[in-house]
Amino acid sequence: MSRVTSTEVVNVSQIENTNEPLIGQVPDNRGHFGVYGGKFVAETLMVPLQELQDAYDKYLDDPDFIAELDADLQNYVGRPSPLYLAEGWTRHLGGAQIYLKREDLNHTGAHKVNNTIGQALLAKRLGKTRIIAETGAGQHGVATATVAARLGLKCVIYMGAVDIARQAINVYRMKLLGAEVVSVESGSKTLKDALNEAMRDWVTNVDDTFYIIGTVAGPHPYPAMVRDFQAIIGREARQQIQQQAGRLPDALIACVGGGSNAIGLFYPFLDDRNVAIYGVEAAGDGLDSGRHAAPLCAGRPGVLHGNRTYLMEDDDGQIIETHSVSAGLDYPGVGPEHAWLKDIGRARYVAINDAEALQAFHDLTRIEGILPALESSHALAYATKLAPTMEKDQIIIVNLSGRGDKDIHTVAALEGIEV
Amino acid sequence: MSRIKNCFDKLKIRNRKALIPYVTAGDSDPAVTVPLMHAMVNAGADIIELGVPFSDPMADGPVIQRAAERALEHRVSLRNVLAMVAEFRQQDSHTPVVLMGYLNPVEMMGHTVFAEAAAEAGVDGVLTVDLPPEEADTLVAALHSQQLDPIFLLAPTSNDERIKLICEAASGYVYYVAVKGVTGAGNLDVSAVADKLEQIRKHTDLPVGVGFGIKDAESAAAVAAVADAVVVGSALVQKVEQAAGQHDRINAEIAGLLMQMRAGMDAK
Repeated sequence: MSRVTSTEVVNVSQIENTNEPLIGQVPDNRGHFGVYGGKFVAETLMVPLQELQDAYDKYLDDPDFIAELDADLQNYVGRPSPLYLAEGWTRHLGGAQIYLKREDLNHTGAHKVNNTIGQALLAKRLGKTRIIAETGAGQHGVATATVAARLGLKCVIYMGAVDIARQAINVYRMKLLGAEVVSVESGSKTLKDALNEAMRDWVTNVDDTFYIIGTVAGPHPYPAMVRDFQAIIGREARQQIQQQAGRLPDALIACVGGGSNAIGLFYPFLDDRNVAIYGVEAAGDGLDSGRHAAPLCAGRPGVLHGNRTYLMEDDDGQIIETHSVSAGLDYPGVGPEHAWLKDIGRARYVAINDAEALQAFHDLTRIEGILPALESSHALAYATKLAPTMEKDQIIIVNLSGRGDKDIHTVAALEGIEV
Repeated sequence: MSRIKNCFDKLKIRNRKALIPYVTAGDSDPAVTVPLMHAMVNAGADIIELGVPFSDPMADGPVIQRAAERALEHRVSLRNVLAMVAEFRQQDSHTPVVLMGYLNPVEMMGHTVFAEAAAEAGVDGVLTVDLPPEEADTLVAALHSQQLDPIFLLAPTSNDERIKLICEAASGYVYYVAVKGVTGAGNLDVSAVADKLEQIRKHTDLPVGVGFGIKDAESAAAVAAVADAVVVGSALVQKVEQAAGQHDRINAEIAGLLMQMRAGMDAK
């Protein structure tokens, strides 16, 4: 059993004593976020990772690349995504005003496409002809298959057999988009095993293949690169809230599986020290049950999938199976930057169980007419706890990271309804 | 002197190449491993690579993934593997044993505690597949303090800069992964291997072992002609899988394949 630590361990004093900017501080040139991150992969991938880093550094400063990325985000993805004041839900909760960052309105229905657009443009410039990706809920797989279709690249998506069964619609979407979906039958047959299998593919086909990792995990430079592509969420939200409310928010809330939508919202606010930051992990059946996916709340540091971070692991260092009603949060690790933000106390990590997330899923649908993804429902559920403790003139921004159409069958099945 | 260096020095005098079999500890069950190690030595193994099972073997193909799963069904831990080495040492004090696995079980035990326990058990070298030298400072220091050899991988993609870095961090031997891919991958190109070994030897006097894609006497002989050591893994693990649960058959089949390889390597 893993040692259960408090979900509220925060060492605020460490950062309150300093005004040093956090943006741009991490990672270092070897990919370290404090003691986390790094590059823990077999030797075959070390040179390809360096090449990826060099290419990324180069194109980040290339006006043509940035112009193409911006144009795609605007005209293909539909950015900027709206920031919406959920007045009905705010009244319902009776506390702070809740704004929703509507990543569910992006093309393909989630924040994932912000990153796949960026990485696919890199792949094209590197002359790669084949794209691979791992997926859990299928959102990243769909977002990858989408950009691969548009750029005419061959696309292979690795997905755990368990996730294939519970996300049938997304599997079919990927196939419609021309991707090959490979069912991963090893280990727990979920996201972590899909990531293992994608790594094995990459090491074998590294000459012509670009691996689009979907979250802020993996070996350097992925955690930093994916963060930078997702940070548009927070940059827009920071500007939009000032236009709409005339000030910065008091709190940010986002769900954390690997943590890409969360870091995307959080990062541009890291130096706004008065903005409280909450990352919401999946408590599954409850943190005490052992059946959850909350490494920051109840795990301990280790090394998996190319980086050092908090993990769900047993006393022998074996990765243990996770559980969440939400396939996209069902992952035993978490991005190393979140591990760092937890340790320095800049962000607070909490957990929401399956039942609480499902309640929020229903509430938002009924009260606001917005069907949220089960992943995002974890963030919404934490807002229902936090908002009533705050004043009515205070502001919370919740990242509505994806839409819930893909989850209708899961929710119906849980409630014994045949669709 | 380290058992590994001693082993290669003796082989050099006899103009022989090292045969290094890999098996996953605890596969197909924990009772298999120690007798199998002795059987492999009797069949001509010079060094044994003992796999430490891990739940997420990212660099392994399906054969060794399944071996880890079989071992983990018996909850074989890093401490269990060290106990197996200690038991092997009761009867064999000269054959070097190298642990091969992933970093996380070592992280969980702690680098210093692990190095002390490994030395105490009679381990000679440690190869952590997902630990490049850039991240290895503390583990290498812990291993050195116990006179254990850190073994590192070299790959077809390694450039001169990395070959130099890796050979400086390594002792005992270096392990050249002959194909881009996971363990058990096929297409071994011996002339490409020979070219790469020439490049590697410009940077080091350490013995160079070659693995990935070696499955029979013929491929073992071809690699032995250019390398200092031949590493064979998936071909053996496949035999364990086919004879799972039948201890005598596992020993006999693996010894049989190793003897053929040994004969092929020594024939030239």
